[in-house]
Amino acid sequence: MTDTSTLARGGATSAPGRRRGSRRPSRAGGMPAWAVPYVLLVPGMVVIAGLLLYPMVQMAIISFQDISLRVIRGVAEPKWVGLKNYQQILDNEIFWSALRNTVVFALVTVTLTLVLGTAVGVLLHRLSKRMSTFVIIGIMSAWAVPPVAQGTIWRWLFDAEAGVINWALNLLPDWLSSLVFGRTDWSGEPWLNDAWSVYVVLVLTVVWASFPFVAVSVLAGLKGIPAELYEAARVDGSTPMRTFRTITFPLLKPVFAVLTILSIIWDFKVLSQLYVLLNGPTNREAFNLSLYSYAEAFKAPPKMGTGAAIAVVLTIILLFVTAFYTRQMVKQEDLA
Amino acid sequence: MNPLARKRLARGALNTAGVLVFLFAVFPVYWMISTSFKANDQIFTTDFIPFPTHFTLDHVDRVLTEGVAGNPIWVYMRNSAIVALGTVLVGSAFALLAATAVARFRFRGRTAFLITLLVVQMIPCEALVIPLFLNVKRLGLYDNLLGLIVIQVGITLPFGVWMLRTFVAAVPKSLEEAAWIDGASRFTTFRKVLFPLVAPGLVATSIFSFITAWNDLIFALVLMKESSGYTMPVALQYFFGQRGTDWGAIMATSTLMTLPVIAFFLLVQRRMVSGLVAGAVKG
Repeated sequence: MTDTSTLARGGATSAPGRRRGSRRPSRAGGMPAWAVPYVLLVPGMVVIAGLLLYPMVQMAIISFQDISLRVIRGVAEPKWVGLKNYQQILDNEIFWSALRNTVVFALVTVTLTLVLGTAVGVLLHRLSKRMSTFVIIGIMSAWAVPPVAQGTIWRWLFDAEAGVINWALNLLPDWLSSLVFGRTDWSGEPWLNDAWSVYVVLVLTVVWASFPFVAVSVLAGLKGIPAELYEAARVDGSTPMRTFRTITFPLLKPVFAVLTILSIIWDFKVLSQLYVLLNGPTNREAFNLSLYSYAEAFKAPPKMGTGAAIAVVLTIILLFVTAFYTRQMVKQEDLA
Repeated sequence: MNPLARKRLARGALNTAGVLVFLFAVFPVYWMISTSFKANDQIFTTDFIPFPTHFTLDHVDRVLTEGVAGNPIWVYMRNSAIVALGTVLVGSAFALLAATAVARFRFRGRTAFLITLLVVQMIPCEALVIPLFLNVKRLGLYDNLLGLIVIQVGITLPFGVWMLRTFVAAVPKSLEEAAWIDGASRFTTFRKVLFPLVAPGLVATSIFSFITAWNDLIFALVLMKESSGYTMPVALQYFFGQRGTDWGAIMATSTLMTLPVIAFFLLVQRRMVSGLVAGAVKG
């Protein structure tokens, strides 16, 4: 019943439009056709403007202000302090170690993730259907683990007393262990005490959780490459390495471009995993920029201004790194 | 070596590599699950106990009844579910409307909107915590799950529109035109033609938003004050440091938090990849 009435009403309102020779109903609910897309966009625009764009401007403003507790409570106005917040973070050693941690971690993790992911993607492509489904289900379960749980799992694996990693390292034959690590006894090794070894664990954690995405994407890309190309290469006696360099890589270049940028975006701002491994913002030497910003702004005494200044630095680095990609995407996707 | 034997050897090597990759990926997950069912004497040991021979439901039971920070775990699960479902309901409706606009209409400002979508996805949302915290406080939504929902809608929307747009564009326009010729209104066409065809894409996008909201640590950490409003990721932090680390309880809670996500993931795995690298694979 309701259906017929809706139909009837729709038919009636669209009648004048059709008479003018247009196949589209020109009016919908009394709205001119040109207005329809704008009306559809209103909720999305409000959300993006109010929750992303405006806060971004606010963040920049706050980085030039001093936000006291009274401001947070809403009983005082923020005070302008010019470049003082930036001055302060640039003079702080923690900022420089956080910047170094962020950049080096991202470089190492992105590289390892892409190399391992691509290798696994190529492997999946060569496995039998049954075997590759089996491996895909396995790697999907690693990918699906929430970042906080990734942190707890790896913190447990690397536990000093009862962790599996120390047990496994103790299993290595003594000559190998001392050759590679210069030591043989790993009992009670506290991995999460100093910054350097925390980052070893963090790299492992993030690579473990993110290589599956790269692998599955590379696999999807490989499936799109016609098999004849590989056959021709084989007939011409091309080595596997050469085939990868001259056929696979060039054809998958756009996929790699997207994967690289997405990995950079994700790895530059890793927070949850680091938060868990460090047991909150405690070890200042192991901060990265996002954790440093959080700690400045929300650990007593809250310094929103310097926190925002750090966030601005992080955002600028990320936008700078991804600008090239954004331009490529805009060109490629023919948005016009 | 004859070619057949060499081929068999190569196959064997590939399969071995496959199994090794599988083990590397699965072992930590397996270790989390098995630890949550091990008795304490099998957890706190320097030996390797591959399988819980003293199988126990103690930890699961303890986190569900006693919990942490003054509440049983199901309270935090409920909060997480409220935030994630709220985000999905509001977010996917908004995303569908916006995706229809950009995929079905040519209008002034369309390109600008799409570029905005792309650029805002590059903003690290961790950087927006400070202004969003101050705004939520000002709006009186501090320590309220509604505030978290609002923020998660903002964070998940750009990607949702970006992903859904390709699904809407994939529905042939002629189907809608046929409905128009039969006298259906715009709304009826949307409801009866476009919506059912886009539904699978909508499910994929919704699951993506659900997972993003479910996994969030930082906003929940900053915006919720009373422990009865904590979400799972925040609650999990409170297990550490309470008279030694109760790994059985931590792993049981981590498992409870992870299993729904794994289930969802296996469900939409294929679409998720195609959504994330859409365009790139095609090109």
